[in-house]
Amino acid sequence: MLTYIARRVLYSIPVLIVSTFLSFLFVSLAGNPTAALRANPRFSINTLHNIEKQNHLDKSIPQRYLYWLQDVFTHKLGHSLTTFQPIWPDITRTLGHTAQVIIIAEGLAILLGITVGIFSAIRQYSLFDYTFTSLSFLGYAMPVFWFALLLQILFVDIYLKWNVRIFYTSGLNNPHHGTWSLDRLQHIALPVMTLCVISFALYSRYMRAAMLDVINSDYVRTARAKGLSEWRVIMGHVVRNAMIPIVTVAALNIGALLGGAIITETVFTLDGIGYYFVQKLQTDDLYAVMAYLLVTSVIIIVFNLIADVVYGYLDPRIRYD
Amino acid sequence: MTEIDPAAHPVRAPESVAPTAQALDGIVPAPVGLDSVIAEGLEIKARSQWDYARRRFLRHRLAMLGLVGLVIIFGAGIFANFVAPYSYSAIDLTNLLHPPTTVGHHYFGTDSIGRDYFSRVIWGIRTSEEVGVFVAAVSSVIGLFVGAIAGYYGGWVDNILMRITDLVLTLPALAVLLTAAALLGSGNQWRVSIILTLFFWTNIARVVRGLFLSLREKEYVEAAKAAGARDGRIMFRHILPNMLGPIIVNGTLSVALAILTEAALSFLGFGIKPPTPSLGVLVSEAQTNPQQWWLTVFPGLTIVAIVLFVNFMGDGLRDALDPTQRRVRA
Repeated sequence: MLTYIARRVLYSIPVLIVSTFLSFLFVSLAGNPTAALRANPRFSINTLHNIEKQNHLDKSIPQRYLYWLQDVFTHKLGHSLTTFQPIWPDITRTLGHTAQVIIIAEGLAILLGITVGIFSAIRQYSLFDYTFTSLSFLGYAMPVFWFALLLQILFVDIYLKWNVRIFYTSGLNNPHHGTWSLDRLQHIALPVMTLCVISFALYSRYMRAAMLDVINSDYVRTARAKGLSEWRVIMGHVVRNAMIPIVTVAALNIGALLGGAIITETVFTLDGIGYYFVQKLQTDDLYAVMAYLLVTSVIIIVFNLIADVVYGYLDPRIRYD
Repeated sequence: MTEIDPAAHPVRAPESVAPTAQALDGIVPAPVGLDSVIAEGLEIKARSQWDYARRRFLRHRLAMLGLVGLVIIFGAGIFANFVAPYSYSAIDLTNLLHPPTTVGHHYFGTDSIGRDYFSRVIWGIRTSEEVGVFVAAVSSVIGLFVGAIAGYYGGWVDNILMRITDLVLTLPALAVLLTAAALLGSGNQWRVSIILTLFFWTNIARVVRGLFLSLREKEYVEAAKAAGARDGRIMFRHILPNMLGPIIVNGTLSVALAILTEAALSFLGFGIKPPTPSLGVLVSEAQTNPQQWWLTVFPGLTIVAIVLFVNFMGDGLRDALDPTQRRVRA
């Protein structure tokens, strides 16, 4: 197992180098980060040249890439080209906010999704099953931002009509409120709800399909034949095995979402890493965009690896060597 | 007179049935009896694989719902200049932010500068369907060729395809799309379509590659090779028809995916730019007027409807084009 993990990690290094170089090339060609400074009459052309020199913008793109790689390791991802602040504190702060939202949303979605999936499968083609099947179809078909906007409209309306503040519709928290204050929870409730609904649609479908797969297998018939109660057959034999694919799907999904729930965070102007990326991309802030892409790629690779390792651990039929 | 000469009425005679059945197999040319069958108005027709597929599709209720819904929505988009009561840019300053009403055909109300929102949604459908169909068609064709070559020959094409897959799997998809849009410049629907195609073809290529890998080992491929068929003929005459089902289904589903992705890109400001109305652009513009619910609800509902209908149709096609289901009476 350890050699398998080591091999996967080693293999991901060249992939990361190629993908960061390609994105570096694309972002560099996409726009000039100093364009805004150039237009600013308070910056003399000498200052501008100094800034470009300091940030190696006068070099060729491959050279710049090497400088950037050096910055990644020696200066914790380097400095932003628009604010000239170090990038690392921004990344950790926004990633923390994203992680808080994702953990709550995914936790809820997994719990609800598995429960609904179990009952949908046990009572296949019942009213319950049909209701949630249609709902998850809707969940797949809905654009995320549209659903987020609908929630926003609803709670803005409630606030304006009755002057009740149930949930805030944008921002992260009011000043002087901490990470786990009620105020923060009121702020992140709607992003959490948005992500939760989308993921719930995914998990409940997967769980239902996995349950139906398992429920007809021979060992379930054996369990019934040896006289186990239906409850123990379902919980002990069916659900436990049906959860294996869910673990994989959840790990992949959480990895992808940690890479920025870009749309949700943008709608709710939540100070997460996805929103950070969109803002930086709009100002062609090369190094900040690259920092985001590198960090999220690493997260996605790690979660892909976790998904495979956990799958191999849970399912004895899978063996890596 | 009560005696009936059996030779005069061969249709009812049992012996004429057997040759008809044989004729179905295409071995025996139509016997004499068949002419009189046709003369009596009874039609005998061999059902091809496509006939079975069509029958299964027509019997699939959700798929038919999807088809009818799509025809209505896409039809409205195609004939936007006849269906829409106004132009998408016509301004009526006396009717700003008017809620939905039948007066003056403002079924979906008006927006903040008095443009008829129903017309804007119809024109938005047109833009979105252009993106969806273009992306699905072009990326299917590209994916088909690359996937076929990669799956059949392996070699460097296969290597590159798989390395691209590795890259795609390690990068956040939307972020890469946004970066590409920032690089290539967005604006009108064709630019956005090309950007989406750049990413969508790999999906289809991977599916086609997988199918080719398994089908190239089949006996009929060996037989064709033994008969001296060229590679191109084997790939496109012998293998390809056996995987049209998954390709069509994939292509159909990518219409929905392309429309959703276009909407997301436009929403984030990296896709289609106003004044061209696409469904995503409309939802995005509605953000400035959160109290006018109709501005958000109608274009969004249209997207949901299109995607749902496309998915229904895709599911129906998947069932219909699966030849292993032939034994089901259809």
